[in-house]
Amino acid sequence: MSKTITIDGKEIPFKEGQTIIEAATAADIYIPHLCHKPGYEPHGSCKLCTVKVNGRSCTACTFPATEGQEIINSSTELAEDRKKITQMLFVEGNHFCPSCEKTGNCQLQGVAYHLNMLDNHFPHFFADRELDASHADILIDHNRCIFCSLCVRASQESDGKNVFAISGRGINKRLIVNSETGKLKDSDIDVNDCAAHICPTGAILIKRTGYTVPIGQRTYDKQQIDQVSLAKEHNKND
Amino acid sequence: MKKFIQKVVKDNNFRAVRLLAILREIQTEFRYISAEAIEIVAELLDIERTQIISVIEFYSFFHLEARGKYDILISDSITDHMMGKQSLIEYLSNQLHIAVGTVRSDGLVSLDNTSCTGMSDQAPAALVNGYALPYLTKQKIDDIVSLITQQPPIKDWPKSFFTVTDNIHKTNLLLKQEIAQGDALKATFKRGLIETLEEVNISGLRGRGGAGFTTAMKWKFCLEEKETERYVICNADEGEPGTFKDRVLLNSFAHQVFEGMTICSAIIGSQQGFLYLRGEYLHLYDQLQSVLDQRHKQGLLGKNIIQSGLDFDIEICLGAGAYICGEESALIESLEGKRGIPRNRPPYPVTEGYLNKPTVVNNVETFLATANIALNGGKQFSDLGTKKSTGTKILSISGDCQLPGIFEYPFGTSIKQILKDCGAENVLGVQVGGPSGTFISNQEFDRVLAFEDLATGGSFIIFNKDRNILDLVKNFTHFFAHESCGFCTPCRVGTSLLKKQLDKIVDGHGSAGDLLALEELCQLVKNYSHCGLGQTAANPILSTLQRYPEIYQSQLKEISFEPGFNLDASLETARQLANRNDANAHLIQEGE
Repeated sequence: MSKTITIDGKEIPFKEGQTIIEAATAADIYIPHLCHKPGYEPHGSCKLCTVKVNGRSCTACTFPATEGQEIINSSTELAEDRKKITQMLFVEGNHFCPSCEKTGNCQLQGVAYHLNMLDNHFPHFFADRELDASHADILIDHNRCIFCSLCVRASQESDGKNVFAISGRGINKRLIVNSETGKLKDSDIDVNDCAAHICPTGAILIKRTGYTVPIGQRTYDKQQIDQVSLAKEHNKND
Repeated sequence: MKKFIQKVVKDNNFRAVRLLAILREIQTEFRYISAEAIEIVAELLDIERTQIISVIEFYSFFHLEARGKYDILISDSITDHMMGKQSLIEYLSNQLHIAVGTVRSDGLVSLDNTSCTGMSDQAPAALVNGYALPYLTKQKIDDIVSLITQQPPIKDWPKSFFTVTDNIHKTNLLLKQEIAQGDALKATFKRGLIETLEEVNISGLRGRGGAGFTTAMKWKFCLEEKETERYVICNADEGEPGTFKDRVLLNSFAHQVFEGMTICSAIIGSQQGFLYLRGEYLHLYDQLQSVLDQRHKQGLLGKNIIQSGLDFDIEICLGAGAYICGEESALIESLEGKRGIPRNRPPYPVTEGYLNKPTVVNNVETFLATANIALNGGKQFSDLGTKKSTGTKILSISGDCQLPGIFEYPFGTSIKQILKDCGAENVLGVQVGGPSGTFISNQEFDRVLAFEDLATGGSFIIFNKDRNILDLVKNFTHFFAHESCGFCTPCRVGTSLLKKQLDKIVDGHGSAGDLLALEELCQLVKNYSHCGLGQTAANPILSTLQRYPEIYQSQLKEISFEPGFNLDASLETARQLANRNDANAHLIQEGE
């Protein structure tokens, strides 16, 4: 008999070595997340996928599934707190959805809609962040970076490079580029690299492609992020 | 520069794990780590430049831009403030013609604040070029200013400026007498390793850093791992504001601490140990190194220790100004030459620690105690204290009392007794366990020192009735925002939001809703943060808000919100339509 865990009262099977989020996705249960992406080393930093495991808060993307865990993924408290964590990400950077070319394709925005986030709740930091438009094909708008580190991991794990890194401490955390000038144009990134396409927000964009799909016909315009995410990530987990 | 760096990197055997040590030497020599230096180090160590940049930006004592020839950092702990730090730093800033947080244009001097330097019993304190300057006075500041003008090297400054005292006021089992060098090791081998582990088990010893995990169990878990390459780490990164007992233990009981580590290595089967010494304790580095040399000569370290067949060595690694590195997995990352970011758990360090090998990380005081237990057995230890908290605890007492310093007590001792012994009067409350611990009021002094009641890593700060609670809450809350590593959202953004929200209230701009928002934010940061730092960052606010809600209330504006319009006047149309003008048809603005 296969081993099982229970999520919100529903018993689901898991394979040895799976994390809670992997087991959940395989069973068609969506757990909100931003820094997690199947196929990449788990990070556990955004904390959006926090669930209660036997009463204790754990990040579902890093915590291993073990026999008999009682997990709460849907509760008023979790929904409210996940919304606030998302609001924290919004006020930390400078996110102006209506003027961002990623709108409708942005996971941060998608998660915010999913969690019914209607305002920013917290005071804004108005962080002074830069724009790196030096590269011919790729743009970095640091205003929209949420430090999920997916570009760091994608560059290392998929592209066999080391284009990005996270630097700074605390609220001064920042994404840096591995080149002598610190500019993207002098790094060895290629427009076809996974790292150039993996950004869940509008921080790393491919130039001249922003409006090929009109607003209103984009990914999350048609379907909520839970549906999109499960459809996309389901197979990769198996 | 290239030659210098080549030598430094070579001296560190081209090991990338020694990155912090390498950067420390470059920083000391050139006062900053230039882009050119980064390129050279990256090439020699064969690591990415981004790893080096991220390490420099993470640790407070590394800089990408030049510091002054004399780099002065004033300790910003609440205890420094209580001893007049603010007026001293302003005086110093005036005398040197330099704003705090800047480098003077001639490059001679730079001045800034730094987190608690572990000198709360001799505050206010500072660091000059990394070396501790305790017991600061206005007179001393004058002397320092004239020294800076004359520009002699730091080593020619009066030795008395750098004299750090132990201030041991009360001893018990551990501090009464240091055990003779080698005796605990001999007893260990005579009794047997497993038998000695059993003595540690009988002693009931729990980790002295504050978390209180059972030591024997930790060692046993490590011993049971399949992987045989194992490590012993002594955590001497005591960054919790108000703590300084490890400073004293390493100054006067270093042999016994190293002996405790060596016993651990024999039991768990490790050949290499590390002492992770906080950067603020640079003044202890040379003397600790000579204790290690001495132990080598005595056959208590190195190959075939006292003919037992055990090979074990200890390396001292200096931190570089990051409170988070007191967290064991962040400390391990730092030892590996990286930013101090706490790891995801599981796996725990006993399974995958340093270089992902099984590792025991224990506090300085824990190793001190294990040496005692190895020599004298577990029972004499467990006879002291309470059932759940055996043995004694070494306290670092500071703040408003006549005898700030080191006090050793059996667990179970009441706060009342401690306050009496150190000569504290007219007490408002005590911060037990530092900012991450609890503030207790003078109604709670019958409570006792114990893991099951008031747990502490050693910090014990006393406040008398002339102190303002909000001053300490503000100092602690700013501290956490400064020290958050930034890894997870709730702590990175949350500690900065706490700082903003608290300041708003303390500065008198808050209304009733702001207090609710503050409490709500506290819970969020506490419940969702990745590690102990974030999980305890709201403690100063929560523990004082619970005890002194009226103090917070009194900071609030009278009204519950800032009205955007006149509510009663807006009802005029409705009153006319309803043809009413009685009392119930009027609304009075709340708070007016």
